[in-house]
Amino acid sequence: MTGTVSRHATGTVRRRGAAEPAWVRRILIGAALAFLALLVFAPLAAVFHEALRKGAGAYAAALADPAARAAIRLTLLAAAIAVPLNLVFGVAAAWAIAKFRFPGRSLLLTLIDLPFAVSPVVSGLIYMLVFGAQGWFGPWLIEHGIRVVFAVPGIVLATIFVTFPFVARELIPLMQAQGSEEEESAIVLGAGGWTTFVRVTLPNIRWGLLYGVVLCNARAMGEFGAVSVVSGHIRGLTTTMPLHVEILYNEYNFVAAFAVASLLALLALVTLVLKNLVEWHAARAAVVPAAESTEPAPP
Amino acid sequence: MSIEVRNLSRRFGAFAALDDVSAVFPSGKLVALLGPSGSGKTTLLRIIAGLESADTGTVLFEGKDATARSARDRRVGFVFQHYALFRHMSVFENIAFGLRVKPRRERPPEEKIRSRVHELLGLVQLEGLAGRLPGQLSGGQRQRVALARALAVDPSVLLLDEPFGALDARVREELRRWLRRLHDEIHVTSLFVTHDVEEALEVADVVVVMNHGRIEQVGTPDEVYERPVNAFVCNFLGHVNLFHARVHEGRAQIGTLEVEAPAHAAARDRQAIAYARPHELDIERTRTSESGIESTVVQILPVGPIVRVGLRRSDTGEPFEAELGKESARRLGLTVGERVFARPSNLRIFAEDYVI
Repeated sequence: MTGTVSRHATGTVRRRGAAEPAWVRRILIGAALAFLALLVFAPLAAVFHEALRKGAGAYAAALADPAARAAIRLTLLAAAIAVPLNLVFGVAAAWAIAKFRFPGRSLLLTLIDLPFAVSPVVSGLIYMLVFGAQGWFGPWLIEHGIRVVFAVPGIVLATIFVTFPFVARELIPLMQAQGSEEEESAIVLGAGGWTTFVRVTLPNIRWGLLYGVVLCNARAMGEFGAVSVVSGHIRGLTTTMPLHVEILYNEYNFVAAFAVASLLALLALVTLVLKNLVEWHAARAAVVPAAESTEPAPP
Repeated sequence: MSIEVRNLSRRFGAFAALDDVSAVFPSGKLVALLGPSGSGKTTLLRIIAGLESADTGTVLFEGKDATARSARDRRVGFVFQHYALFRHMSVFENIAFGLRVKPRRERPPEEKIRSRVHELLGLVQLEGLAGRLPGQLSGGQRQRVALARALAVDPSVLLLDEPFGALDARVREELRRWLRRLHDEIHVTSLFVTHDVEEALEVADVVVVMNHGRIEQVGTPDEVYERPVNAFVCNFLGHVNLFHARVHEGRAQIGTLEVEAPAHAAARDRQAIAYARPHELDIERTRTSESGIESTVVQILPVGPIVRVGLRRSDTGEPFEAELGKESARRLGLTVGERVFARPSNLRIFAEDYVI
């Protein structure tokens, strides 16, 4: 993942008339499009085709199934908890890392990257190790009647773990590039910490933040590996949408499987549209003032 | 309001940014903190603002200890080199910020804020630009907005960190003269950091010369320029020629030149270094009674209204430079390779304990 700054740069640089002849360009563009068509558009179309093969009635019925609705609810719940938490955590971590030098700073940076580096299945297994029946806290949790793994809390925890780098990673380069002079100005002018954050910091990072949240949300809803390990696959209780798709598919219930999958595909499409909108806004916010300042202005 | 700092020290790892600095900045003056980069001037400014803390020492505002007061409560105006305007707010909102964030009891009503902002916009001559975003202004305009924003809260002290450093030469000159005039109008105690000697000498009432985290000299621009207390100050404030010399019982010997050096009456045949600025050297063809440093002309460079003459000492071969007015250069009619005598009209002699 690259920072917002570099995206702005690529957004504004336009190369015209590369040296290659037209036919080379056409072949390259054609190859890229064919590749995309084969690997992205075809499967995407197939998802919707399969989902609607037996008509809209079967599609609606598949989504109306209680287990499917439970899976949708659970997915939304997990995202509704994980995304706000990671938003707060991400802003706090990015703020600390970008604006301060403190012991353990690089350790914190490394930890933020951990979920990217570790396979989601391993992340799930770690939660089993910690909270499972044979795990460190397992016996204590059972004694007190608290269920973590094979229950909703485990799924939420796994989702939070897997998605926590998104917001922080998006904001750190942005906040580092912006420095802390604006915040210092605000404080010298008499603003308190919270006022400074709300009036100065937050408006400056809003597009980066939104971008991070969109990505975080997409991952939270689509996560499979880690959630699969801690879920226990109890139908209607601990299956999220991706897990539900897998169960239906293994039962050869293709229409229902693809119907639920089509929702995830729609989510992906919405995410892409949102992501592009945010990028467009961020680029405009960065470029427009600079472009207008080229008009002659008295010193 | 007067500011005093006592025994301030600040280290960044092994680097001593400030080393036991004490100074008094009198009320209502425009003070320049002048020094090369890494001399601690910005650190000193930020400690006075409360943006940085000192390891030891105290900061006093109007004689009262303000060391423990937070930046928020010090009532200082701070102007950053790169303006640090709030980029998403209009010029108007930038200037109004300090008034809007006051606690509810002290916050002026909206129409008061409005009139205050417009008054300040008039002061910094940006009346028509209230609705612009910072990104739509030139550097000089941005810096004036930053200044208006700092003045909005009626600060008791104005602190400026290299305020003109990011501007191009012409705008910089214009803006610093304007700052001087502004200061004559509003008389708020002001400190500005600069590494530009000309800027400090032209604008400030008092110049504080800093080096290696210490204050070398405090004085009016004239004092620090004409009567530097040591070799560093002499060397830092403008182009200067260096002559190796010997001092003995109140007299100094530089090649063929011998002059009085009353400050070194106690010296017994010691090494010394004498400094003279290029414009303080007269060139003569013949050896007069007062004598001069015997040298050879190696280069003649006319630069606008002056002529730079490159010279080499006959005894040691040390190169140095003299500056003549165009008219006197024409009258002399020097040629390269000619033997001449350079007579300093002002010579500062320091016993050799400082090496450049």
